[in-house]
Amino acid sequence: MTQPAPAHPPHNDPSAAPRPIVTLDHVTKRFPGVVANDRVAFDLFPGEVHVLLGENGAGKSTLVGMLSGLQTPDEGGILIDHREVRIASPARALELGIGTVFQHSMLVPSLSVADNMALGGPWWSRPDRAGVARRMAQVCADIGVTIDPAAKVGTLSLGEQQQVEIVRALMRGSRVLILDEATAMLTPKGAEDLGALMGRLTRLGIAVVFITHKLNEALSFGNRITVLRLGRKVGEIAPERLAALGPAAATAEIIRLMFGTDAGAPADAAPRRARPGAAPLLVIEGLAVDDPAVPVERVDLAVAPGEILGLAGIDGNGQKQFAEALAGQRPLRAGRITLAGTSLERLDVGARRAHGLRYVTDDRLGEGTIGGFAISLNLLLKQVGESPFWRAGFDQPEAIAAHARRLVGEFDVRTPSIETPIGKLSGGNIQKALLARELSGAAKAVIFAKPTYGLDVNNIRATRQRIREAADRGLAVILISTDLEEVLELSDRIAVMSRGAVVGVVENDAAARGRVGELMSGVTA
Amino acid sequence: MSALFTDAFLTSLVLGALTAGIPLMLAGLGEQISEKAGVLNIGIEGMMLFGAYAGFLVAYHTGSIWLGFLGGAVGGMAVAVPMAVLCIRMGLSQIVIGIALTLGAEGLTALLHHFQFAQSYPRLPAVETLPIPVLSSLPVVGPALFDRPPIVYLAVLAVFVTAYVFRATQFGLALQAAGDKPAALDAAGVDVVRVRTIAVLITGGLAGVGGAFMAEVGAGIFVPFMTNGAGFIGIVLAMQARGKPLWVLCGALLFGACLSATTALQVAGVSIPTDVIQMLPFAAVLTVLVLFGRKASLPPALGTHYVRGAR
Repeated sequence: MTQPAPAHPPHNDPSAAPRPIVTLDHVTKRFPGVVANDRVAFDLFPGEVHVLLGENGAGKSTLVGMLSGLQTPDEGGILIDHREVRIASPARALELGIGTVFQHSMLVPSLSVADNMALGGPWWSRPDRAGVARRMAQVCADIGVTIDPAAKVGTLSLGEQQQVEIVRALMRGSRVLILDEATAMLTPKGAEDLGALMGRLTRLGIAVVFITHKLNEALSFGNRITVLRLGRKVGEIAPERLAALGPAAATAEIIRLMFGTDAGAPADAAPRRARPGAAPLLVIEGLAVDDPAVPVERVDLAVAPGEILGLAGIDGNGQKQFAEALAGQRPLRAGRITLAGTSLERLDVGARRAHGLRYVTDDRLGEGTIGGFAISLNLLLKQVGESPFWRAGFDQPEAIAAHARRLVGEFDVRTPSIETPIGKLSGGNIQKALLARELSGAAKAVIFAKPTYGLDVNNIRATRQRIREAADRGLAVILISTDLEEVLELSDRIAVMSRGAVVGVVENDAAARGRVGELMSGVTA
Repeated sequence: MSALFTDAFLTSLVLGALTAGIPLMLAGLGEQISEKAGVLNIGIEGMMLFGAYAGFLVAYHTGSIWLGFLGGAVGGMAVAVPMAVLCIRMGLSQIVIGIALTLGAEGLTALLHHFQFAQSYPRLPAVETLPIPVLSSLPVVGPALFDRPPIVYLAVLAVFVTAYVFRATQFGLALQAAGDKPAALDAAGVDVVRVRTIAVLITGGLAGVGGAFMAEVGAGIFVPFMTNGAGFIGIVLAMQARGKPLWVLCGALLFGACLSATTALQVAGVSIPTDVIQMLPFAAVLTVLVLFGRKASLPPALGTHYVRGAR
């Protein structure tokens, strides 16, 4: 053999066909009202980073839950070394050699690293701190990390805590290591370090399952990529193919898998006619918002009357912070907001509303409505104390009821009575009531935050129709959505948000899907 | 004022601090174990009271002080069992159940006492003391601290045993984890419900012995409602002690001293109105809470029901 030593022996050595350690044999898991995993099949090979890629709600966490013993499949089976097993508890998963590092740390913050590792022995025994430290030092040396066994876990960074969990899993003899959204809370440097660590783990023959929704991480850290979408496995790219494709072609293929095909757009998705030449109604310049998780930086957007500007992006990239800052629910660090020539950035929520800026929140029950209050009152939640519904501090039941009856009829809210507490209605009807409140009166610009999230098909259609009508009336509309189909269906232009910044704005034409997909996944960022 | 600090006064104060402090300490220690495991045990007042009744009943009928303490422990645990079943297994509100158990124990013991002892009010004989050689002949503190019933020494020993269990056993780690991050404990293969159940039963046992101490050593008699909020002071002690058993002991002696100051001041012949003196323990509780209450660190999972897989 004159060849240099292969980086991943199992794949570069054709004589020994790799045998999977773990096989998921068409597992199905249902939760009330949703099929979280629908006949998903996949194999885990030793010495390989297997990436599970998919949007939020694609079923990644459920799949991990079944491997790590938190859930059991309703149908299908799990095979380890070709033998069918039942993983009924996290303890059983550990026994079988499957270690999991969850997105949220599974360490006890008030205990030291060594005590966390010693946890779980016979009750009256002394925790073997010295022994743990010794074995830890060895594993740490094997995989090239440094951890102080006496340090209290609560004082470690999130990246260090993950290293502790990885070391712990290896100390317990894990051959399979599951990293669930492990990079979600890490800094870019931390994510890179973790990627390098995954590489070192595979060289020890460990099978790593890496769950992410970031395409660039999948490509740079993964050997094999499986894409999930709405609970189904929609594709798998084997290591040989991944290498053969090259980054650009692999990206294109994954985007196609993650966000659907280019063909077959819905019939009623005829692109809206833009109104060229109209002066922008809502102008956002240099908007910045402080936030510990996702700070928003320098957002510049302009929306013309009658235009729908889609704001696409993977959930948690600053959309919520941006929307709340726009609506006045969060302080701005910098930037200007101008609506029809009026500066709004110094005004409070009520004043912004009075000037015609409306916000349809995605948190319908939490901040959109008060569940125990009557529908009639919820329809006036942002006008409490205002005439003609209140006079001199006293409510005017007639006026309130008349207002409620009109909106309930106009927006087709299905309710036994206008006095029914709004929390008793279905999600679709609550959304109708919210739309009624925000779209009525002197609205000039509307921000929709994930307007169809959690609704059924009929209500999705009705809500989208309302959004179109709002634009047709000449309102400036910003549509924030994590559903790319929805953005493509409704928008005139599409802005893409990633890590708190708008990374691009594209016209909604035939090439939009691919462009937006690339921007969303952070490949071109 | 120098006349105040006579030997008689000091001996009386230290003795009183110990007699009143031991039940508080046992309650505080028990509560600390529950809270460490993430259970806010409001029912501890009921556990003490039932322990006091059961302890007195057994000691009265058997004539054995030791069987009395055993009876007190069993009585306290009897109240802890419904707490464990309803709150830890079934996930009902720990506060509501705790209050219900306390009220229930108060009513039940008063009723039982009414039928059994309301006519006779029998007393137990004074408990024999065990003088510790050499130490008991020290001036002032000797007779007050080292010529006490053996149960006192055992109770103080329990503080150090608890400290050892917390620090140096797997059970101690499991308790800490159950209150700090139960999901992590579950993932380590330890049954969170079992750890918490055992913690609550230990609490019941310690609180029951504390109650029995009040009836057998302190008063020599059982009267309804005799614990008089000692369990609640135990909760305050546990919260201030930040997981350290030794702090519970110190706090309990401080409160005990305040409680016993009435007697001691009378012994010293000081003529302060008794109403003022009787306010001392409660003033002390308030002062401690104002000074240290904001720094009290409670386990993050305190009072929450653990459900596997829920986030």
